[in-house]
Amino acid sequence: MSSLWYASVTIFVKDLRSELRTRYSLNSLLMFVITTLSVILFSLGSENVSSDVLSGVLWIIIFFSTMSGLSRSFVSEEERGTVMTLQLTARPLAVFFGKLLFNTVLLAALNLLTVTLYLLFITNFVVQNYTIFITTMGLGTIGLASASTILAAIIAKANTKGTLYPVLSFPILLPLLLTVINATKMSVEGAAVYEAFSEFQILISYFIVITTISYLLFEFVWKE
Amino acid sequence: MSIQLQAEGLAKTFNRRTIFSGISLSLREGESLAVTGRNGSGKSTLLKIISGVLSPSRGRCFLKIDDREVPAASSYTHLGFVSPYLQLYDEFSGIENLELFTRIRGHQVPRPFIEALLERVNLAQRSRDQVRTYSSGMKQRLKYAFALLHNPQLLLLDEPTSNLDSEGMATVYQIMEEQVTRGILIIATNDAEDLKRTDRVLDLNSLAAEKGAATP
Amino acid sequence: MLGKTILGVWLSAVILVAFSFPMVHHPSEWYQFPVIPGLEDKARILFFHVPMSWTAVVAFILAMGYSIRYLVKKNMDDDIKSASAAGLGLVFCILATVTGSLWAKFNWGSFWNWDPRETSIFVLLLIYGAYFALRSALDVEERKATLSAVYSIIAGVTVPFFIFILPRIVASLHPEPIINNRGKIDMNTTMLVVFLCSLAGFTALFFWMWHLKVRTERLALVHQTEGE
Repeated sequence: MSSLWYASVTIFVKDLRSELRTRYSLNSLLMFVITTLSVILFSLGSENVSSDVLSGVLWIIIFFSTMSGLSRSFVSEEERGTVMTLQLTARPLAVFFGKLLFNTVLLAALNLLTVTLYLLFITNFVVQNYTIFITTMGLGTIGLASASTILAAIIAKANTKGTLYPVLSFPILLPLLLTVINATKMSVEGAAVYEAFSEFQILISYFIVITTISYLLFEFVWKE
Repeated sequence: MSIQLQAEGLAKTFNRRTIFSGISLSLREGESLAVTGRNGSGKSTLLKIISGVLSPSRGRCFLKIDDREVPAASSYTHLGFVSPYLQLYDEFSGIENLELFTRIRGHQVPRPFIEALLERVNLAQRSRDQVRTYSSGMKQRLKYAFALLHNPQLLLLDEPTSNLDSEGMATVYQIMEEQVTRGILIIATNDAEDLKRTDRVLDLNSLAAEKGAATP
Repeated sequence: MLGKTILGVWLSAVILVAFSFPMVHHPSEWYQFPVIPGLEDKARILFFHVPMSWTAVVAFILAMGYSIRYLVKKNMDDDIKSASAAGLGLVFCILATVTGSLWAKFNWGSFWNWDPRETSIFVLLLIYGAYFALRSALDVEERKATLSAVYSIIAGVTVPFFIFILPRIVASLHPEPIINNRGKIDMNTTMLVVFLCSLAGFTALFFWMWHLKVRTERLALVHQTEGE
């Protein structure tokens, strides 16, 4: 068991070091968040948009950042021919957990950036209840990362990876997106923490269910 | 440690096309096999199946260490594979790659051993350069270092001497001889020189002709 | 042959009855439907829209079941069954969405309202679409079968979330469930009978079409293998 953990962390660190060394995708992801946010700002102009809509828009940006950034960890292995190398040195679950960890950390960093910029520049979007907001962001991030990882593993083996990824992800992520948008709305409207409990429950169970099913199915996707 | 490789009735079909069928093998330490045949006859495919990277459509293949069957999930710890389909991370250096893989395997391999291995395949000078700067011959040699990291009892070599100059080839032939003394060697090749170096040959083309299985 | 004929006659009868039985305020004869205030004649769509939605869901469950079987046994035949069920499910799902949308237009004024049930059938449509998009992006059959099986299972697992989430998020426009919380059936008997006949008819239609499709695909498989 400990060797699984060790191998997973090694793979996570490898992905991290690889990204930091080449920096191609990190740069473009950064620019993606900034560009999308700018587009939103320009479109909103001086309009007074309700916080309901703004909650939804925040998560749209996050969804598309996820689609841009989280498939890389699997697609790059396929493109570079290192899949077989990993299959010969690591247990499939180590690859899964390592990449899941990487995707979670990547998404957390992206979301931190997105949320910070959003709060700074979109003046109509003011969070009243930070507890709900932060918990939602946390649970939403891990849920998104989990679902996106198994789906990335699937599309990495297909032909039209780029366009296929959002097509496959959207129906799967929809329950999560609807819930986090609702919870974000609540945090902006100043609802009490206990009112968001059922949202949190849904998010936690989503994460558990998706991670468990991914863990069970990953080997079918990874091995030929 | 004794090692045995057992393959029974291996067959592989892709998209309703049969690449090969009914392949059975039995090898023990000290034995070597060359798999040969036209391009597309399934040499690489057979090696991939033996290594566990690909599953057969029918039949099975397994290793026995000290007469105990090795579970499929851990057979990779006992084998090394050199293949044109296998790549290493080109943004890392040669030595970083090797250290990475020993860590992933959970194998404690001392630094001096890795360096000696790189010395053996003549990469000691370039070991700290990123693999993206290597020539194809150097990449091939690094793959040998990678395959031998954990002293595998089974060594699989797909096109063993491709991309190598005569010095590289000599090293490979030495490696092949040494492998036979401590375990099993299987190579896939059409090169006449390579074929002289194993005690048995499996020709996938004549096998197919005998059996009348569909060949591409 | 006999089965086909019976099915044909059955469904024709259902369609005929659904449209011809008169709707009166106080049904006194066995062949009369009650008028549901606000819906009147448009209520007839009940006989078609609901069975289609139901069949689309059954098809998905079937596809998912055979996917699991394929992953366990690796028998291509299970993949054929799964994909055929999904293909038909897609057709029924499109029909359900369209009939639902038409009804929405006539009753509530707009073609789409994001009511929970509308959204669910739409999501099912997206899942079917994604399933086929994935299949068409894979060349090797074994890969196609394995990966689409995995996807259908993942999709299947997220469905319960919809059932719990959607009603919380969007207020419902759909009429009160006729089979309500107390478990009693409130529908007028005649309507209920016709409705159940339609449900049975559509389900049988689905299974018959599915059976045909599976046989066709199997023959295609044999034909292609022999052609090598």
